[in-house]
Amino acid sequence: MNVTPTAKGTRTVKVDMLARVEGEGGLLIRMKGDRVQEVKLNIFEPPRLFEGFLRGRHFSEVPDITARICGICPIAYQMSSVHALERALGVQIDPAVRLLRRLFYCGEWIESHALHVYMLHAPDFLGYQDVIEMAAEHRETVEKALRLKKIGNELVALMGGREIHPVSAAVGGFYKAPRKRDLEAIREPLRWALDASLETVRFTAGLAFPDFEQDYEFVSVSHPDEYPFNEGRIVSNRGIDIDAAEFEEHFIEQHVKHSTSLHAVVRERGSYLVGPLARFNLNYEKLTPLARQAAADAGLAPPCRNPFKSILVRAVELVFACEEALRIIDEYEPPAAPRATIEVRAGTGAAATEAPRGLLYHRYSVDSDGLVTAARIVPPTSQNLKRMEDDLWRFVPQLASQPVEEITWRAEQAIRNYDPCISCSCHFLKVKIERE
Amino acid sequence: MSSDNGRKPRIAVFKFASCDGCQLSLLDAEDELLAVAGAVEIAYFPEASRRMLKGPYDIGLVEGSITTHHDAQRIQQIRRQCRTLVTIGACATAGGIQALRNWRDTGEFVRYVYARPDYIQTLNHSTPIAEHVPVDFELRGCPINKYQLIELLSATLAGRKPNIPTYSVCIECKRRGTVCVAVAQGAMCLGPVTQAGCGAICPAYGRGCYGCYGPMENPNSKRLAAHFLETGKEREQVVRAFRTYNAWAWQFREATEEREG
Repeated sequence: MNVTPTAKGTRTVKVDMLARVEGEGGLLIRMKGDRVQEVKLNIFEPPRLFEGFLRGRHFSEVPDITARICGICPIAYQMSSVHALERALGVQIDPAVRLLRRLFYCGEWIESHALHVYMLHAPDFLGYQDVIEMAAEHRETVEKALRLKKIGNELVALMGGREIHPVSAAVGGFYKAPRKRDLEAIREPLRWALDASLETVRFTAGLAFPDFEQDYEFVSVSHPDEYPFNEGRIVSNRGIDIDAAEFEEHFIEQHVKHSTSLHAVVRERGSYLVGPLARFNLNYEKLTPLARQAAADAGLAPPCRNPFKSILVRAVELVFACEEALRIIDEYEPPAAPRATIEVRAGTGAAATEAPRGLLYHRYSVDSDGLVTAARIVPPTSQNLKRMEDDLWRFVPQLASQPVEEITWRAEQAIRNYDPCISCSCHFLKVKIERE
Repeated sequence: MSSDNGRKPRIAVFKFASCDGCQLSLLDAEDELLAVAGAVEIAYFPEASRRMLKGPYDIGLVEGSITTHHDAQRIQQIRRQCRTLVTIGACATAGGIQALRNWRDTGEFVRYVYARPDYIQTLNHSTPIAEHVPVDFELRGCPINKYQLIELLSATLAGRKPNIPTYSVCIECKRRGTVCVAVAQGAMCLGPVTQAGCGAICPAYGRGCYGCYGPMENPNSKRLAAHFLETGKEREQVVRAFRTYNAWAWQFREATEEREG
């Protein structure tokens, strides 16, 4: 970051790269006195054009390819793609496969949430540049965080062979389903992880949250009986209640000049929010009693409209994911066949699942040879980008009396509330504040 | 690596077009991370830290491929800043999955994905780092193996050659005791031409290796492609098998481009 005084006493503040986010982009805030004149999230992550080259690939190759959109949440990309393709091809999956997919997702949520809570976001609240600096004074907390994250990764690796870009997910099920005794090996670590997650709720509840609430449109997948992972309708607190097949009628992506990520908005209403806050507010009743109790003890109840508290919600979701994983392992009996037999037919299918960062929408068309003819992917971060800008318009004026260094850090923190994954959304961050 | 004035060696992590997974492998080394952070100075690693120190650096880890004019210039500056430059993963080493554009019309891809193609600046080819600057070591994999990354860092710091095998996935499969999926199931398996390092995961999951670690040392990719055709695979299927995460590696390109005639 550098501060450049100019002749008329105006100031330009530049930070060359916003840190502790996945991917690269920048932020420009232009201020005049206490007033914000411009906010731009500048996404310069180079486009990788996945939808372009997915066309012509066989449907069976898609989950491996889409995993490569994001190294932090590859399972989300595998899950949205297999569900969308199963709908296109009319495939029914075994109930045991359905359970296994939830379990797989639990591993990713644990790994990703632990990473974000402790390594990417907590340092902002505690005033550290990074988790390494934080470890110097909070060694035990960081060691526990690493162990918690590791258990999430171990669950993923147990089911998919490795943590990043696991190899077991397939359209119709899995290449290989774990034996019951394979899963039982991780029961004890998950019990430890559950305790560590409860401790995470207490830890995050003790952080200082800026006084900032917004009237959001929250959007998430919602299922009548379960906290959402793989399946359900897409709902919002302003009346949206649709099947994934109708997603593109209600949500549109706008292309803005300063971004290689598209900005998604609710048609005719504007920005909306996906992710932990939306899931929590729209699906609170489906959390386990223990997760709800942990939230209550932390003073967290729906509707939570303070985006800085997303760190607390992630902690509550960690509790849920550990409990859900333990429940599934207890109930699990291997499927008769690891994956369904697929009769190839032409068709189109769409699906949305809940990535750690929020709703992830995929749509594919396949031809009668099983080759992809059309693909559309809407990642959670591109849905949140407009909302991040809207938050900054309202949050930055609260900071106007602060030194620029402080404004910069708080603005970064406000962006990190969304755990943005720019590698995904472009399919960030450089902060620049100009102040008069 | 000897450090000047007894200071800790400085490490930097740079990102180009990629999924972030390979640099995440460093944070995924949960048991080693704090020890690594104690042994070196992590001077530039934006994914993990707000503190970004200027170069020069002793070791630069580069993730991602070159897909924009700006990035083609940036890698030149980075090379000048790094005493040792290491590419991590298939994007940086072979152009990545985004190199599939190299056989197609990138302009059409941009028009397909973006409403305003005029806002997008991208090169027609996705290329590995070594096509732009000299690279001291290329660590393979999509994603890399975190233990190989730790070994590479340790070896570089100690000034010795890293112990990273260049033999094929077949060796790992045998060692693991996996029944050969190519022989037993007739699976299209790239294991015979793919470098080890993943631990031969895919065959253990009942599927053929899809080549995410890229070509082994001296692979006979052409022969393997011919074998696939002789055993009844369709030409398009064979081309697609070689065109994934390391598609632009010349040893894999050789197999598919000849097939297309």
